[in-house]
Amino acid sequence: MTERILDVKNLRIDFHTYAGEVKAIRDVSFHLNKGETLAIVGESGSGKSVTTKSIMGLLANNAKVVSGSILYHDQDLLKKSEKEMQNIRGKDIAMIFQDPMTSLDPTMKIGQQIAEPLIKHKHLDKKKAWQQALEIMKLVGINDAEKRINNYPHQFSGGQRQRIVIAIALVCYPEVLIADEPTTALDVTIQAQILDLMKDLQSKIETSIIFITHDLGVVAGMADRVAVMYAGEIIEYGTVDEIFYNPQHPYTWGLLNSMPTLSSTKLEAIPGTPPDLLDPPKGDPFAARNPFAMKIDAEQKPPFFKVSETHYAATWLLHPNAPKVTPPDEIVRRWQLYRKMNNQTQVH
Amino acid sequence: MTGNQKKLLEVKHLKQYFNVGKPNEVRAVDDISFDIYEGETFGLVGESGSGKTTTGRSIIHLYKPTAGKIIFEGEDISQLKTRKDFLKFRRQMQMIFQDPYASLNPRMKIKDIVAEGIDIHHLAKSDQERSEIVENLLETVGLNKDHSSRYPHEFSGGQRQRIGIARALAVKPKFIIADEPISALDVSIQAQVVNLLKDLQEQQGLTYLFIAHDLSMVKYISDRIGVMHYGRLLEVGPADDVYEHPLHDYTASLISAVPVPDPEFERKRRQIVYDASEEKDDPAHPKKMHEIVPGRFVRCSEDEIPKYRARAKKALA
Repeated sequence: MTERILDVKNLRIDFHTYAGEVKAIRDVSFHLNKGETLAIVGESGSGKSVTTKSIMGLLANNAKVVSGSILYHDQDLLKKSEKEMQNIRGKDIAMIFQDPMTSLDPTMKIGQQIAEPLIKHKHLDKKKAWQQALEIMKLVGINDAEKRINNYPHQFSGGQRQRIVIAIALVCYPEVLIADEPTTALDVTIQAQILDLMKDLQSKIETSIIFITHDLGVVAGMADRVAVMYAGEIIEYGTVDEIFYNPQHPYTWGLLNSMPTLSSTKLEAIPGTPPDLLDPPKGDPFAARNPFAMKIDAEQKPPFFKVSETHYAATWLLHPNAPKVTPPDEIVRRWQLYRKMNNQTQVH
Repeated sequence: MTGNQKKLLEVKHLKQYFNVGKPNEVRAVDDISFDIYEGETFGLVGESGSGKTTTGRSIIHLYKPTAGKIIFEGEDISQLKTRKDFLKFRRQMQMIFQDPYASLNPRMKIKDIVAEGIDIHHLAKSDQERSEIVENLLETVGLNKDHSSRYPHEFSGGQRQRIGIARALAVKPKFIIADEPISALDVSIQAQVVNLLKDLQEQQGLTYLFIAHDLSMVKYISDRIGVMHYGRLLEVGPADDVYEHPLHDYTASLISAVPVPDPEFERKRRQIVYDASEEKDDPAHPKKMHEIVPGRFVRCSEDEIPKYRARAKKALA
């Protein structure tokens, strides 16, 4: 049995705004297994960043955790004080932010920025900390590290800065690494390098990763498991193959269908926009944009239906009484691939 | 592209330098040439700093080109001086910007944003005609005509980009430069905007210069593609050909880095590493654009032509 390192249960988070309570996270549960990469995919406003900020204890002041728990080694992170969280943050659970241009301190030498967590958490003296900082700089592939350790952030390119951000996050060998769109601000060639680096380091450091992104291409290359979020809920989750080759939720279909592959000739957009979370719809939140929506979708929220031991989707289409629908061509193509892949594994 | 099609825009040896003569001189665009035919979409791809945005901005004369010619409908527009000339030219050419949050004035109503071009060019005879035009434009881009008296903050990113498109269409241009029009939008909204641009092109016979770093999207919308790197155009050709059989090593490396939403493909993916020294100028072997096979151009020296010819031949086989 795989060890669960992080267990998020029934999380609900509201944001207080002048317009009212924004129900940003609406009953989200997921877990992270040891050594795996879990990708959380969704559009902006779907709640993927808020979820991870709650794990880190970095929610904004106007956020309120309505209910739920985040278990890390059987302790509820939501019940920890800020002081206790400071001892976990950066040491056991570390985070890589989206924008390498703003997540470094422009007035500090990068050596000092990398050494800081070591001095704080591992109580190393400055010399030892800088020694280790140097090693991790080499590990993340910064050339000429002995010289570069005394440089300031503006002396590095975007890709190198993101390597430094990764070095800071990994310097204490955290058990959990949360990467919030770590490559979105980078060019594709640099992105490919950073993703390779993360995969490489994951096997060396044995960290478990929560990878947040809206880019399904990146997910396909990075994730072991995938959770798809929409309007503050997880609507489907499964292994990377299950989500990409055997998707069941119409939103997942829509996402896969609206991305151009290098061979696609036609794009199918998802019509409309996500619902307003000030007043979330009472049924399936995707119903209004869903060409396969049924009457029940507008009235009752679908529960998770089991597709396999590892694969669940919250759509009424999986109910035994639901009519059979034919998904878009691109999805049918993926389903066929999935069947073929499974047949092959059975033969072997 | 077939030869009998009319060239709408010709860019000839365009150079755009900044801080000329100073130690921090930047050669953002360094001697590039390409043509855009009427009715086509020309995609310009490259990484940040490659000069693709500068190229677009030079064409529409937001910068004064350092050297080179920009010929639009047979007229050199790089030397325009009088306001009258500019007015005439900008009615033909419009731009859609990257950031739908920064490109709409937050203190103006939608109808005034969209009608700005109409006012400048005196295209409406009366207030009533003006609002009719605006309402029609909003409907064309998939917005509601009741939206016209709202302010930008009341709209989502995708809707704002539609407003930007309506503003560009207001003066009935022939040519639109779209500079990363979808990169600030969510995946599901990106497809909506790209499809809208495609539909508009069909209905109104527009010509686009589509600038983006997202290669898969550029390939999807473009007829032909130009690949830029370090201010230079390295390869030009029909979109599908360039994607499936890139000739220049840089293009190949760029395409190999694009993540594909297909786990099996990703597991097998090998990124091609590119050695940028290949592009270095060698006075003995000057590099320029050569037509390798009809319609496909690569920036190379005379000696390299056979190498690329062989590659192109292999791709056809």
